Amino acid sequence: MNVIEVSELTKKFGSFTAVDHISFDVKEGEIFGFLGANGAGKTTAIQMLCGISNPTSGKGTVAGYDIFKENEQIKHNIGYMSQKFSLYEDLKVWENIRLFAGIYGMNDKEIKENTRRLLKQLDFESERDTMVASLPLGWKQKLAFSIAIFHTPKIVFLDEPTGGVDPAARRQFWEMILDAAYKGITVFVTTHYMDEAEYCDRVSIMVDGRIDALDTPHNLKQQSQAQNMDEVFRKLARKAKRIN
Amino acid sequence: MGKSVLTSPAIMIDVRDLHKSYGHTVALAGVSCSVNDAEIFGIIGPDGAGKTSLFRILASLLLPDSGSALMNGVDVVKDYEKIRRMIGYMPGKFSLYQDLTVEENLYLFATVFNTTIEENYHLVKDIYQQIEPFKTRRAGRLSGGMKQKLALCCALIHKPEVLLLDEPTTGVDPVSRKEFWDMLRQLKKQGITILVSTAYMDEASLCDRIALIQKGRFLGIDTPQGIISSYRRSLWSLHAGNVRGLLENIRSYPHVRSCFAFGESHHVAVEEGFSERDFQQYLSSKGYGQIHLEPISPTVEDFFLDMTIDN
Repeated sequence: MNVIEVSELTKKFGSFTAVDHISFDVKEGEIFGFLGANGAGKTTAIQMLCGISNPTSGKGTVAGYDIFKENEQIKHNIGYMSQKFSLYEDLKVWENIRLFAGIYGMNDKEIKENTRRLLKQLDFESERDTMVASLPLGWKQKLAFSIAIFHTPKIVFLDEPTGGVDPAARRQFWEMILDAAYKGITVFVTTHYMDEAEYCDRVSIMVDGRIDALDTPHNLKQQSQAQNMDEVFRKLARKAKRIN
Repeated sequence: MGKSVLTSPAIMIDVRDLHKSYGHTVALAGVSCSVNDAEIFGIIGPDGAGKTSLFRILASLLLPDSGSALMNGVDVVKDYEKIRRMIGYMPGKFSLYQDLTVEENLYLFATVFNTTIEENYHLVKDIYQQIEPFKTRRAGRLSGGMKQKLALCCALIHKPEVLLLDEPTTGVDPVSRKEFWDMLRQLKKQGITILVSTAYMDEASLCDRIALIQKGRFLGIDTPQGIISSYRRSLWSLHAGNVRGLLENIRSYPHVRSCFAFGESHHVAVEEGFSERDFQQYLSSKGYGQIHLEPISPTVEDFFLDMTIDN
């Protein structure tokens, strides 16, 4: 089953085509790496997939819902986190969990039970009443991810979740992502760390609004005759004509 | 008995025993280092290690509790006004005026420092030309890569002696990162001293020297090669046909000190008494096939991860 199906999806801002006829599918339980240089159109594409921006043309479904007509249903069936926006800094740990779970429509009983379970699982019980602002970045990211999948969405969108995170915290974070994927949550992730691209089942690379390559990391390396994903990325991204 | 023919390089930044606490939280617990003239000096450490506090003290934006820092002999506390003319500072967060255009931001920074864009254009030319097609665009509407180039131009326009770059490439794609480091090397050639922090370990190896910082202390200062050669463990790269549960299984093996994913393989640091054959057998017994195990040389990243375990 496909959790995302997109065909000829396009977004124009005036005369500028940010996303240019992209087509792809993402399978259930897959970790899908969505790569591209700054300005290649990744964020615009994600906004369309999450139901917060209307496509100019094309068609698609996310979690089984139409991206044109069923934005609200999409929002209820996805999770989202990015490095730029994840948690409210001036709320406590438990208050952030409560807030997001409420927005996603969970009832009080569910929230209470699951909060206890989550804090235990993260070994965060002593931080329940801590202001998020005073947590180290690596902890914040772990908490933000846990909250993004707290309502067990079909798919979670992670927009540069590990930006600026140190190597040890980055790896802990990816162990959480792999764990979520094993449990059946589909993961759609962007990153600028090319070693992380290797952890994905499949990877697409956007160049100037188009998807220039889409395959497993293994096949992409073979096709580009590259040693690693960093080399694959550089070979493709260098073809970009758009200035960013 | 002649004079020494070896001339040691001039010291540009001299940091001595800096301490800084916020209430009960210790950010810097006594750091000292000296950075040579025209050196690229990297500050590498986990989040919350004290990197940003150090940058802010050197930029004269934060007062240390004790200790001192001199730049070309000028004290960052007593002579902060002089310091601000000597340094170009790029904070971790994008801090230009979002509602001014590219051109207006650069003009503003030049004017504040009593200079003109024309006077120091040679310093920023290579970088500025890349964003010039967008000079009338508001800074808030630039892409990440362009914002970073503009921020570097603004930090350079008054011809600073020292550049302080706090995680300048966070959120920047691999191609733009490479371009950014090419620019830093050009600036070094022009005699500018660069203090830079980063979470990318491949960038650490591009520095002349690096300081590893953890919990407000420097754990070591050396060349990247020197840091690597002080790694004392035996390190193996492991590749297996399937990876589900592999990390946990490797970590629970007796002689394994640590195991981390490194792209498509795993790096396994082992203790004395480790036997390659026994380990292979162990993995087979756990159901893993197509195992490829080989000894490898460590990278700065391996060193960093090892250091994190110790603390």
